[in-house]
Amino acid sequence: MIKPTFGDRIMIVSIYIFLILLGFVTFYPFWNSLVISFNSGQDTMLGGVTFWPRDFTLENYQIVFQDKRLLNAFLISVLRTVIGTFLSVLVTALLAYGLSKKELIGRKFFMIFCLLTMFFSGGLIPTFLLVRGIGLMDSFWAMIIPTLVLVWNMIIFRTFFQQLPKGLEESAKIDGCGNWQIFFRIVLPLSGPVIATLSLFTAVFHWNDWFFPSIYISSENLIPIQTLLRQVLNSNTVTSQMSQLDAGALAHMSNVAKVTGKSLSMATMMVATIPIILVYPFVQKHFVKGVLIGSLKE
Amino acid sequence: MKSEVITKSIKTNKKKSFFKRYFGQLDLQMMVIPGLVFIFIFNYIPMYGVLMAFQNYDIFEGMMGSTWVGLEHFKMFFSDPRFLEIMRNTFVISGLKILICFPAPIMLALMLNEVKNMAFKRTVQTITYLPHFLSWVIVAGFAMSILSTDNGSLNFALEKIGLIDEPISFLAIPEYFWTIIVSTNLWKSIGFASIVYIAAIAGVDPQLYEAAALDGASRFKQIFLITIPSIMPIIVIFFILEVGNLLNAGFEDLLILGDSAILRSVSDVIDTYVYRVGIGSGRYSYATAIGLFKAIISVGLLTLANYIARRNGNSLW
Repeated sequence: MIKPTFGDRIMIVSIYIFLILLGFVTFYPFWNSLVISFNSGQDTMLGGVTFWPRDFTLENYQIVFQDKRLLNAFLISVLRTVIGTFLSVLVTALLAYGLSKKELIGRKFFMIFCLLTMFFSGGLIPTFLLVRGIGLMDSFWAMIIPTLVLVWNMIIFRTFFQQLPKGLEESAKIDGCGNWQIFFRIVLPLSGPVIATLSLFTAVFHWNDWFFPSIYISSENLIPIQTLLRQVLNSNTVTSQMSQLDAGALAHMSNVAKVTGKSLSMATMMVATIPIILVYPFVQKHFVKGVLIGSLKE
Repeated sequence: MKSEVITKSIKTNKKKSFFKRYFGQLDLQMMVIPGLVFIFIFNYIPMYGVLMAFQNYDIFEGMMGSTWVGLEHFKMFFSDPRFLEIMRNTFVISGLKILICFPAPIMLALMLNEVKNMAFKRTVQTITYLPHFLSWVIVAGFAMSILSTDNGSLNFALEKIGLIDEPISFLAIPEYFWTIIVSTNLWKSIGFASIVYIAAIAGVDPQLYEAAALDGASRFKQIFLITIPSIMPIIVIFFILEVGNLLNAGFEDLLILGDSAILRSVSDVIDTYVYRVGIGSGRYSYATAIGLFKAIISVGLLTLANYIARRNGNSLW
């Protein structure tokens, strides 16, 4: 082993310092918001709440969890994420499996048909008018159907299916299994990691998307949590932030009177983020792999 | 003679069996049909809908009944009083993102590669990947909280160390907007974007480093002589994609953080303008024309970038 030079030592030390700073800057906004959400709103207004709650309270969360509009929005988000991810991954994987078969008639044409959509798109307005034209406006399915097939995911699935050993499928075919049986009984069980990765990405998209509901959905009881949160954060003053909240919660609030618009929106933000934080550690290993499969294809 | 007969029989055999072959693999075809139908409806029909850029689209008449106006909407956009401002914002914001958010993950990957303490490395990776998974609503919420005038952490810290006397309303001052947009984008993307480069660096042949070390190159020198040249092809490919996306200056970030009347003059880019004009004011044909204008330039840019890259030996297609 060659001894590191003096310059190298300086470099390593500055890298460590820089990375610690980066980690801090990345983590601090999240931590600070978490702290504020557990701190009494009035106390937060006095300023200086940074790393630790000064006046610890669960009030913010109590009020947030009593807000019927917010709970409903949370439920809509969960439904959208579960149904949207399931259907999207299913249809996309089926398409990918079909396209991974060399004997599929029209395979080349279908592939180009899919790939072209990655370079050309109709854009926002024609898509919006189409969704309205086919009567999806203000329906739960408007958040699911237009983005059902994700071509990018299809390519990753297809690459994966093509790498599977052919032997298993062939012996199943000899035993009289059809393509659908092979797909569900043999191929899917072998595809755990890629399904996990792509489901994660699809679920994150569905959970985080606030834009499509903001143009497609007008009924209040169909609005997902991110879109609701956007409306709350968008109202500039504390009073209008509070008026965004449910009347019942507001009445409750006048009794407590210690919460503020800021402390409530921080608690709401945490509620909207926690599902992602909970899933994140379990799939971290997988998504690194997923990103790499995707970029290799590029 | 004989071979003619044979080829003929093969041909007829093929012709005859097309439907047979198709129905023979009907179960396989049934797998791809749903996906293809959805792609047709939600990707190809809107592509046809782009034609409304050349019409005065009438919601009641539909595309069939609307009158054709040629390039009128394009001309209208070029003479729009906000045209220059919007183009400037698009290029400046996008340019700043390329200048700062593109090289940053590469540098992060290079730094992480020098870290030999695996636990430390993994912790930094876990923390920096996380923001990628948060929605722009949440990220903007963090930014608003940190930058707020009523005791946001940044104002608090700046006052504490005596740099300012009065809290600054960062999110309401146009001069700060571009800095805020680039910083929040950097915050959100740096970790996740570094994954690809970390993988590329891991693929560099270790013998190269050993040879360089024997020749007396320091770690610092090895980065520039071995690591960076080795991952250059990937950097070039991602750079091409980035240039092709030059007109995608951002959308969700700008809509949320730049959504106040004071900031419009610095936050409106082509995409957000299409949204405001189209969905907001219902001028569908005009908005579609602006979108199409952008799409055409984007394809041109991508082709140009690829041409330049090909001349240097790395290309996308």
